Amino acid sequence: MAGLATAFGSGAMSNSIEDVTQKAKVFFVIGSNTTEQHPIIGMKIRQAVRQRNALLIVADPRQIPLVDFATLHLQHKPGTDLALLNGLMHIILKNGWEDKEFIAERTEGFEEFKAVLEHYPPHVASEITGVSEDLLYEAAQLMATNKPMAAIWAMGITQHIKGVHNVLALANLQMLLGNIGIPGGGVNPLRGQNNVQGACDMGGLPNVYPAYQPVTSEEAAKKFSQAWGAPMSTKVGMTVTEMIPAAKAGHIKALYIMAEDPIMSDADTNHVRTCLEACEFIVLQEIFYTETAPYADVLLPGVSFAEKCGTFTNTERRIQLVRQALQPLGEARPDWQILTEVANRILTNPSGQRKVDTQAPYARWDYQHPSQIMEEINALAPSYAGVKYTRLERGETFQWPVLDENHPGTPILHVGKFARGLGKFSAVEYIPPAELPDENYPFILSTGRVLYHWHGGELTRRSQGLLEIYPKPLIEIHPEDAERIGLNGRRRVRVTSRRGSIEAEAWITDRVLPGMIYANFHFPEASANVLTHAALDPISKIPEFKVCAVRVEAVES
Amino acid sequence: MMEKATITIDGRKIQARYGQTILQAAREHGIYIPVLCDHPALPPEGACRICLVEIERQRTLQPACTFPVSEGLVIYTHSPKVIEARKFSLELLLSDHPLDCMTCEATGNCLLQDLAYEYGVTGDRYQGEKHQYPIDASNPFIVVDRNKCILCRRCVRACAYINGVEAISVFYRGFNAYIGFGADSTMQDSPCEFCGSCVEVCPTGALWPKMAIGKGRPYQLQKVQTVCAYCGVGCQIELQVRNNRIVNVVGVENAPVNQGFTCVKGRFGNDFVHHPDRLTRPRVRKYLLEGGKREGKERGEWVEVDWDTALDLVSRKLVEIRDTYGSDSIGVLTSAKCTNEENYLMNKLARQLIGTNNIDHCARL
Ligand code: SF4
Ligand code: SF4
Ligand code: SF4
Ligand code: FES
Repeated sequence: MAGLATAFGSGAMSNSIEDVTQKAKVFFVIGSNTTEQHPIIGMKIRQAVRQRNALLIVADPRQIPLVDFATLHLQHKPGTDLALLNGLMHIILKNGWEDKEFIAERTEGFEEFKAVLEHYPPHVASEITGVSEDLLYEAAQLMATNKPMAAIWAMGITQHIKGVHNVLALANLQMLLGNIGIPGGGVNPLRGQNNVQGACDMGGLPNVYPAYQPVTSEEAAKKFSQAWGAPMSTKVGMTVTEMIPAAKAGHIKALYIMAEDPIMSDADTNHVRTCLEACEFIVLQEIFYTETAPYADVLLPGVSFAEKCGTFTNTERRIQLVRQALQPLGEARPDWQILTEVANRILTNPSGQRKVDTQAPYARWDYQHPSQIMEEINALAPSYAGVKYTRLERGETFQWPVLDENHPGTPILHVGKFARGLGKFSAVEYIPPAELPDENYPFILSTGRVLYHWHGGELTRRSQGLLEIYPKPLIEIHPEDAERIGLNGRRRVRVTSRRGSIEAEAWITDRVLPGMIYANFHFPEASANVLTHAALDPISKIPEFKVCAVRVEAVES
Repeated sequence: MMEKATITIDGRKIQARYGQTILQAAREHGIYIPVLCDHPALPPEGACRICLVEIERQRTLQPACTFPVSEGLVIYTHSPKVIEARKFSLELLLSDHPLDCMTCEATGNCLLQDLAYEYGVTGDRYQGEKHQYPIDASNPFIVVDRNKCILCRRCVRACAYINGVEAISVFYRGFNAYIGFGADSTMQDSPCEFCGSCVEVCPTGALWPKMAIGKGRPYQLQKVQTVCAYCGVGCQIELQVRNNRIVNVVGVENAPVNQGFTCVKGRFGNDFVHHPDRLTRPRVRKYLLEGGKREGKERGEWVEVDWDTALDLVSRKLVEIRDTYGSDSIGVLTSAKCTNEENYLMNKLARQLIGTNNIDHCARL
C-alpha cells in the first residue's frame, strides 16, 4: 500500500467496516468485486443501498454483481482507472465542488496536482475510458453533492503497472472532497487474504520491520540489533516478484516458503517454474502438496488455522483471536513451533559464522505459546503495544494503533491530522497498460477470483461443497465475441498469450465488455496465471494481473 | 426519536423509547417475552403470535414484536390469557409438524421444541392434515425440509435484509403455503449465494447444514470461537467440533464485523482441514539424506522422515548457504494465511538469523 503511505503516511484502510457501511452516503467502489471477494462487506453495501438509500457508484470494466444495486455504473476499459479518476476530478474542480477549507488546512501539493488535471477534460477522459461525458459528469456531481463518500477498492486498482498511481489518485479524490478523517468516508483498500494486513504489520515486507519501521533507518536498525542481538542490514530486500527471478539468475540460492503457492499465485507461471527449478534449495512449509511442492527439497507439514492459536488482523486493522479447535493432524505442527525449532537449530549451530548475542533482550527463541511471541511484538511494534492476550481472551477486539494496555484502539485514522502531518496531493498522469491488444493478441484478459473459490484454490478445491458448486475453471466472454470466434455450441476455448496457453470452458456472458475476457486462477489445469504478464509497477512491484493481451479460439470439446 | 415513554411490564416500570416495540423495550431491560418469528437482526414480522401480550385498555392480545410503545402502557407478558393463547398457537403449529424430535437434527437447538417444552404442549390435541413434502437435498450445502417449516419467514427476511438477494419467498397461501427459491425452483437455480444466513436464523430444522447431518447433538459438540481463514473481512466463526473433526460452523453473534453472518466459504468451506491430501509427516528428497548434490533440475524421490531429521537438515542447509553465498542469497516468503505471531517469527528469522531483508508475501498477488 505504498500509495497511501505516500499521501498520508499510513497505508491501511482508514475507516472501519461498520463505520463505512453505516454512515457513507455514497459508496465509490472501484476495482473491487466486493460481493464475491469480500462478501460480508458486499452484503453490507447492499443493505445500505436497500435499507437507507445510500448511493452506489461502481466503476468496473465488468458487469459485476454489485452493479445490480448501483446508482451509476462506469464501465471503463480495463487499465484506464487513472484517466477515469483524473477526468472526474477535473469536472469537480471546474465546477468549484472541491472542499476548499480541507484543501487549505490539511493538504499540500494542490497547485501541481491541479495543473495535471488540466490534461483530462471530459472529452479526453471519455475517449480513453469509453465512459460517456454525461455519465462522467453525473458521477462527479453525485460525489460532490453527497458527503460523506467512502472510496473502496481492491486488487482491481493495485494490480496494474501504474497501481500505485491509481491509489494516489483515489487519495487525491478523497482529499479534494474533504472525505478523509470523517465517519463514513475515507480511503478503504480491501485486503485480499485473511491476514495480509497482519503479515505487513509484522514486517513481512522487504523494506520495513514490524509496525512499518523502515529498514533503511539507522535508528530502527539500532533498535532491532539491540533487541535481537545481531547486526541488521539497512539494505531494502527483494520482493517476491524479484526473488523468484533472482533464483533463476543465481542470486537467490535458497527459498524458505511458508504457506504460499507461487506457482498458482504469481504471474507468468511457466517462467516461475523455470525459476524454482533453478533454485538450489527450497523449503516449503505447507498443509497440502501444492502445485509448488514438486519444486521443494524439504516439505514441513504445518497446520490449518483450526489447529493453532494466534491472532489475525483484518482489512480494517482489527486484531482478533484465533483459537485452537483441533489437535494437529498426524505429526503436523503449528508454523510458529516449526519456525522456533528451525531458529534454535540455527542459533546453536556450532559452525555457523553469524554471531548472535543471546543475552540481548529478545534474541532468544524460547516460546511455549503464541502469547509469548505477542509480548515480544508489544515491545517492538508500537502500534501493537497494547495488544494483550488477556484482553483478547476477555472478548475485546481493537483496531491498531493500540498504544498501551488501556488504549481502546483506533477505528478511524487521520482524524484532524495525517500520520505524515499534511496530506499530500500527487500529480499523476495516465499511462496505458504495458501490454495492449494487437492483431495477433486482440483481446484483453483480466484475472481475478470467484465467490466459491479462493486464491490458488489450494483450500477451496479441497472443500467438497465448494468444488461441487463451481467444479471447473470458466472463462467469461461476451456474446458478440463468442459469435465472432465461432463459439456456436462448442463451449471450450483456447486462450493464448505471449507466455503460455490454457484451455477451459467458456461462459458466454455480458458480465464482460466486448473485446475483453475474464479468467480465474483457482484451478491448476487452466490457471490464468499461465497467461499473465509479469510487468511490475516500479514502486509497489505488483504485477499487472488485470490487463494483458491474448488470443481466443474455439476448440472442439 | 429519543423521547422516553414510561411503560409498566409485569408490574415493573421501565423507560422505553418512542419508536421501539414492546419486545425491544422488554429485551433491553432483560424482561423475557417468548418469540418465534422475531429475530433481533431482522425487521419484525408479527406472523407467529407467540409473543402475544395483554395490554390494559386493548380489547385483544397484541404481538409484542410489532406493537409500538407509548406513554403509560401497562403490559402483562404471562397472564393466564396470554399463556392460553400461546399454547393454542403452539398446538396449531405442532398439528402440522412431523414430531420426530427423536431423530431430528435440530433437537436441542430448536425454538419450537423449546417453546413446546416451556408450555407443556405435546402436539396431540388437534389431529390435522400433515404435509408430506419431499426433502430437498439437491445442493451441496443446505438441506430443505419443508415439513418442519413453520412459515415464520425469518429466512425470507434474512435473505432480503441481511444478504440482500431475495432468493427465498413464500409461495401460495394458507395451508398450501410453503417456502421456495427463485421462481419456485431449487436453491442452486435461484439467485442464492449459499451464505447460509437463512440457516443461521431458521428456528427449526427446516433448513439445515448438510455437513452437520448425523454428526452429533449440540451438547456433544465442543464450540470454539475463532476467525475465518479466507478473506480479509475477518468474520468471527464458531467451529463445532466432535472427535477432533469440524462438524459444523456458525457465525459468532456479537462479532464486530459479521454479527453472526458469514459468506459461503466461511460457513461451508472449512472441510479442507480434514482432506486426505493433508501432509502429516515431514519429507525430504533422497539426495539430501545421502549427502549428495542434486543433478540438474530433477529433485528426485521423496522420503518421509522424522521431525528431527528434517529440521536438522533445513537449519544445516540454511546456515551453509548463508555462510557460503552471503545472507542475501536467501529469501523467505512469509504468509498472509498465517498468524501475526508466525509472521513476526518469520521476519525475525530472516533479519536476525539469516541477516537479510529478503522477506515478502503475497500481498502483491
Ligand atoms: S443461503 Fe443466503 S442467499 Fe441463499 S437463500 Fe439463504 S440467505 Fe438467501
Ligand atoms: S424455513 Fe425456517 S426460517 Fe424459513 S420460514 Fe420455515 S421455519 Fe421459518
Ligand atoms: S466468512 Fe466470507 S466474508 Fe467473512 S471472512 Fe470468511 S471469506 Fe470473508
Ligand atoms: S414473535 Fe411476534 S408474532 Fe412472532
